[in-house]
Amino acid sequence: MRHLLSIDELERGEVEELLDLTDHFVEVNRRSIPKVPALRGKTVVSLFFEDSTRTRLSFETAARRLSADTMTFSVGTSSVKKGESVRDTVETLSAFGVDAFVVRHRSSGVPWQIRSWTDAAVVNGGDGWHQHPTQALIDSYTIRSHFGSLEGRHVAIVGDVKHSRVARSDVAAFTKLGATVTLVAPPTLLPPSLAGWPVQVSHDLDAVLGDLDVCYLLRMQQERMTEALVPSLREYTASYGLTARRADRLGEDALIMHPGPMNRGVEIAPEATDRPNAVITEQVANGVSVRMAVLFRLLGSGSQLAVFDDSGAGPDT
Amino acid sequence: MDEYVIKGGRVIDETGERFADVAVRDGVVVAVGPELHGSRTLDASGCVVAPGLVDLHTHLRQPGKEEAETVETGSRAAALGGYTAVLAMPNTTPTIDGAAVVREVQELGRGALCDVEVSGAITVGRAGEALAPMAEMAELGVRIFTDDGTGVQDTRLMRRALEYASGLGVTLAQHCEDSALSEGTCMHEGEWSSRLGLPGQPAEAEELMVMRDIALVRLTGARMHFLHLSTAGSVAMVAAAKSSGLPITAEAAPHHFTLTDACCASYDATFKVHPPLRTEADVAAVRAGLADGSIDAIATDHAPHPAHEKERPFDQAPPGMLGLEYALALAITELGLDLAQVLALLSWRPARIAGIADRHGGPVGEGRPANLCVIDPDATWTIEAGGGASRSSNVPYVGRQVRGRVRHTIRSGEVVVLDGEAQR
Repeated sequence: MRHLLSIDELERGEVEELLDLTDHFVEVNRRSIPKVPALRGKTVVSLFFEDSTRTRLSFETAARRLSADTMTFSVGTSSVKKGESVRDTVETLSAFGVDAFVVRHRSSGVPWQIRSWTDAAVVNGGDGWHQHPTQALIDSYTIRSHFGSLEGRHVAIVGDVKHSRVARSDVAAFTKLGATVTLVAPPTLLPPSLAGWPVQVSHDLDAVLGDLDVCYLLRMQQERMTEALVPSLREYTASYGLTARRADRLGEDALIMHPGPMNRGVEIAPEATDRPNAVITEQVANGVSVRMAVLFRLLGSGSQLAVFDDSGAGPDT
Repeated sequence: MDEYVIKGGRVIDETGERFADVAVRDGVVVAVGPELHGSRTLDASGCVVAPGLVDLHTHLRQPGKEEAETVETGSRAAALGGYTAVLAMPNTTPTIDGAAVVREVQELGRGALCDVEVSGAITVGRAGEALAPMAEMAELGVRIFTDDGTGVQDTRLMRRALEYASGLGVTLAQHCEDSALSEGTCMHEGEWSSRLGLPGQPAEAEELMVMRDIALVRLTGARMHFLHLSTAGSVAMVAAAKSSGLPITAEAAPHHFTLTDACCASYDATFKVHPPLRTEADVAAVRAGLADGSIDAIATDHAPHPAHEKERPFDQAPPGMLGLEYALALAITELGLDLAQVLALLSWRPARIAGIADRHGGPVGEGRPANLCVIDPDATWTIEAGGGASRSSNVPYVGRQVRGRVRHTIRSGEVVVLDGEAQR
């Protein structure tokens, strides 16, 4: 694995290997000093052409806990505002000596372009509507830590699938790991074609609720209203929101998940987020460990793994 | 080289084919027949001698975007591709929407390596709001008007434009795209756009305007040319409208009979074009339309863009790809047609649509202007990166093996391409 751009580019075994590796870093993160020297001397640059404080901080925390040096490049303060191209930016930063770029861009495909312009490893931190592979690993890890495996589990991904990079990556990861996925959305919020997608589709959340192991809500963005994709947020919530009443109908063990940031009261009711089976903050917490696993897998080596594997308690969650 | 004989070739034109030498003097064909002799000869053994090719759809980018292409560089690419005439599209800066800019481009064309015919915009600034002064441009020889790059969205304005154009004897050419369905999109809507997370435009964005304009042709009786048809539905509608006797012609671009939307999976904006690359079924329909004559002509939609612009994110990069040096070989290689059919699509039919059949595309015969190309139909070659003579290099065919190569191009008697090399 040279880069992490898309879940589609990984074999099932590689996904599982990353999740296994994450166990080690969850253990590291429980220590009083959650830091290992695995990537000492390596430089990780977060190249964020689109604002995302949460994802950026999660990656940077992961890099620092691996003892890598980090640099932050965000559009607000950069020469991109002066018209510098993505290619020039990447080539300039590469000249500093970069081992990995974590890339976030509002346009689908930019990490693929960047891969052709640098020798550094490229991690896709979210591109347009396309992919967000570390989020999918986080979500898979979270589900796995509750159920032991995704095999045979039924996940509904509810909401704006059409514009969601999280949904595209989650579908790939969950199905690769043996889960069944049902997309639940009005036709206007589904991709125009689902040919080749290993999913079922429903326009009726109530009909699928009782059968779920995971109810995964996507963020509903305000601007979808102006595009006439749904008549109103009120109607959206009435049909597709996880209301308190709907949360009651979920099975006792069924997980409630959301990639954040949430629109409370729109796609998810405040009561639903407070339930014991809502694992939304757990997703965030797992983010750092998963991203440590990804960066270690790309930049570290097996012998370095032993450095911390022997030093603490085992991953006995 | 004022006087010479093209020796040893097989002449193919609209009247048929025969082995014959062709004698040229002072820009005119003076004799066609066996065993002609002259003080100088141009070798055509094993080759086909044909009327020069005519491109109905060339973006020369001048004035305004000389970093991408100039009349000189574009015409050199054209000559290397076997073209003796190209129709320059009016989406320049400023727009070719009045006599002054028409004259400017005509003036630039005088130094070119092929004839540069100028098209004019239908509406002022291609803004789709007010008719451009078509009569003043027609006076200068403009025969085709188009807002190419966009379609005229306002149905009432398009009706008036057709009516007005019919009074001038000129032809309107439409870029069919309903902007309500296409705005903000960057590829074909379907399986690939869904997977790639890119906003797509459905085939219907093109087909709605084809449908509307067929109705407007029926209403007005005016002549109409459809630019770069790309969908199976468009081809079927145009075929039906033509067989009902409406005065309609149509073209298709080489990329629409060779490439599909799957190419966009690389996120390489070289494959971004309007109308977008479509599905395999659409490619098959375009090929069938070219074979059965529903589509009259192959037109390149040669659209140069500088590398740094094509390196922008896929959804932000400008649409378009090069075509002038590749169209003939792609047609020979991909369409499975007789060479005479390929030449009809590339030479005499487009010459007639452009209104220049008196000078281009006509039979290779005594007294005709010597606008000719000499093609080695069996030569195989590999399309290379770099873009040839164009100032730009946005070539979507790099690495592709093709058959058929232009050996010489003769424009008004001047040998502008000799043995595959531009002479100036």
